[in-house]
Amino acid sequence: MVTIFFFIFAVTALVSAVLMITYKNPVYSALFLILTFFSLAGMYFLLEAQFIAIVQIIVYAGAIMVLFLFVMMLLNLRQETRLPIGRPFQVALGSIFALILLIQLFFIVKVGLTVSKFGAFPPEKINKIGSVQVIGGELFTNYLFPFEAASILLLVGIIGAIILGRKKLPNEM
Amino acid sequence: MDLSLPVIHIQSIYPQMILVLFAIIVVILPLFVHNLKRELLALISVVGLVLAYFSLINLWGQNLTGFNGMIVGDNFSIAFSIIFLVGAFLAVLLSLNTVENEYLNYSDFYSMLLFALVGLLMMVSSTNLLVIFIGLEILSISLYVLAGIRKMRVDSIEASLKYFLLGAFATGFLLYGIALLYGASGSIDLVEIGKYIQANGFSGTFILAGAAMLLIGLSFKAAFVPFHMWTPDVYQGAPTPVTAFMSAGVKGAALAVLLRFVWTIAPLSKADWTIAIWIIAFLTMTVGNVVAIAQSNVKRMLAYSSIAHAGYLLVGVLAGSQLGQASIMYYLLVYTMMNLGAFGVISYLGNSNKQENLNLRDYRGLGFKHPFAGLAMAIFMFSLAGVPPTGGFVGKFYLFNSAIQAGYLWLVIFGVMNSVISAYYYLRVVVNLYMHEPEKEVAVPKASLGLSFALLIAMVAVLQMGIMSSSYFEFFRQAVIAMP
Repeated sequence: MVTIFFFIFAVTALVSAVLMITYKNPVYSALFLILTFFSLAGMYFLLEAQFIAIVQIIVYAGAIMVLFLFVMMLLNLRQETRLPIGRPFQVALGSIFALILLIQLFFIVKVGLTVSKFGAFPPEKINKIGSVQVIGGELFTNYLFPFEAASILLLVGIIGAIILGRKKLPNEM
Repeated sequence: MDLSLPVIHIQSIYPQMILVLFAIIVVILPLFVHNLKRELLALISVVGLVLAYFSLINLWGQNLTGFNGMIVGDNFSIAFSIIFLVGAFLAVLLSLNTVENEYLNYSDFYSMLLFALVGLLMMVSSTNLLVIFIGLEILSISLYVLAGIRKMRVDSIEASLKYFLLGAFATGFLLYGIALLYGASGSIDLVEIGKYIQANGFSGTFILAGAAMLLIGLSFKAAFVPFHMWTPDVYQGAPTPVTAFMSAGVKGAALAVLLRFVWTIAPLSKADWTIAIWIIAFLTMTVGNVVAIAQSNVKRMLAYSSIAHAGYLLVGVLAGSQLGQASIMYYLLVYTMMNLGAFGVISYLGNSNKQENLNLRDYRGLGFKHPFAGLAMAIFMFSLAGVPPTGGFVGKFYLFNSAIQAGYLWLVIFGVMNSVISAYYYLRVVVNLYMHEPEKEVAVPKASLGLSFALLIAMVAVLQMGIMSSSYFEFFRQAVIAMP
């Protein structure tokens, strides 16, 4: 059962990733990127890492994609679609990065599974430590202070964005 | 699932809570009261700073830990926090002179300043890398906004954007470093990581890469060479009080974190990690001082000078002793005073938004026309150069002394040579003030009471710390981190 779902998610992720880089229209590319993220989130679910899966959907598929789409809408799309892809510099740089990633992949396959300081992490163990409940419990006891401090961070971000984004000063209005 | 709340000791975060409260008050008050005078807002901010100061003094010597070890209220953190409070206090006073018509919204300005201070306090009062990271982010975001707060000016926006882009990049390094250290040692607490390193040696890919990335991230924030490229542009574009606050505060916080990290692994054989800091310290001193010579813009010159001073402070980190820690705190306090003072004089002589009188030539002959500002600038420049009997001299003496006792003779020799180089461009300002005829009529506005007061405080403090240094030094000696 898990294997079947794994293959469904894996194929979806791969196909949509390929489609994402082959489409010339950036909006389609962005939408396929969302699909990739969703398939990855599905894989996290299969690994019993619910929290990471949900965060993957909320942060990547939600917030970051909205940001991407906003930027695309703000830019002039018609000109963007006509831009030729494949200037020599881009191709060279892209090939180098692709090569590095490929080498990394071979390396991982060659080395095989590594075991961390705390031993292996099979799904059963992750289920004990990675569930939303356990993480919530930690956040409200041991990590209470960083949790509250993060809210100050968000507050500063909100106030800062308003300060920089506001067109006029209050006394000029 | 039963949850038990750890011991909290809420008083350990009273200073941060007070500052957050006042930052919020300052930002929402103008919504309810119209035509608020900026002096009143400054006064409210100062009240917040004073309350935070007393709550810090109250914690002195108690060695409280709060929130299950997330907050460490040792004397080390309190001493650093007090230095930052002094810096913020002077920055608030400095802001009162910038001419009103400067497109500066004061309620935003003071609120962001207080938030930045909260970030600084958080960074120094924890050994947990998660808290340190959040503190650093609160600080950075406030500073990005503060650098670009004069939205009508192109250079201000440039400063903000540059700082934001490079700062976000550096944050990535820091976070990656934290992740690697966590992966290797299984803890995000610096003390625990230190214990792991002491047990297993300062080796292994993850530990080395993690420590290097942590160093890079902090070096960027503290503007150590070669991670200093953003400094001159940002310091030049930001409003002068912000530049003054940044140059002392951010460096102090980054150094405090570095000190905590270095201290936990200090008993190890030194060659392991010191060589990197040795090189950075040497480069930072040399590049800062040599490039500063070529600057004709006073604000830019002080930016490079602040890079050089970061190098001097690193010499104390290298010493790796309690003497070195106390010397760093002492020098940081002197540096806060003299640097904010020097920026205060710039603010004093600057005219308005359009004409800031930042060129060295503008300073010609001003020493006699404006005796108070001239005298203050001369004292700050002598102190920055390290001429006795100012605090700058004694501070450098303590720093280099601690390094010699730790056996870094050559670095100290380079440091003293750098000090000689720096005398050239610091004294050039004094020469321009007193020994040249003015080239043109430079309009200088009437100084506000707040700014004059700030200059007076800084001047007295710099001289006092030079003449009666031992009482200050004794205070900081009580603030060093205990042996792990």
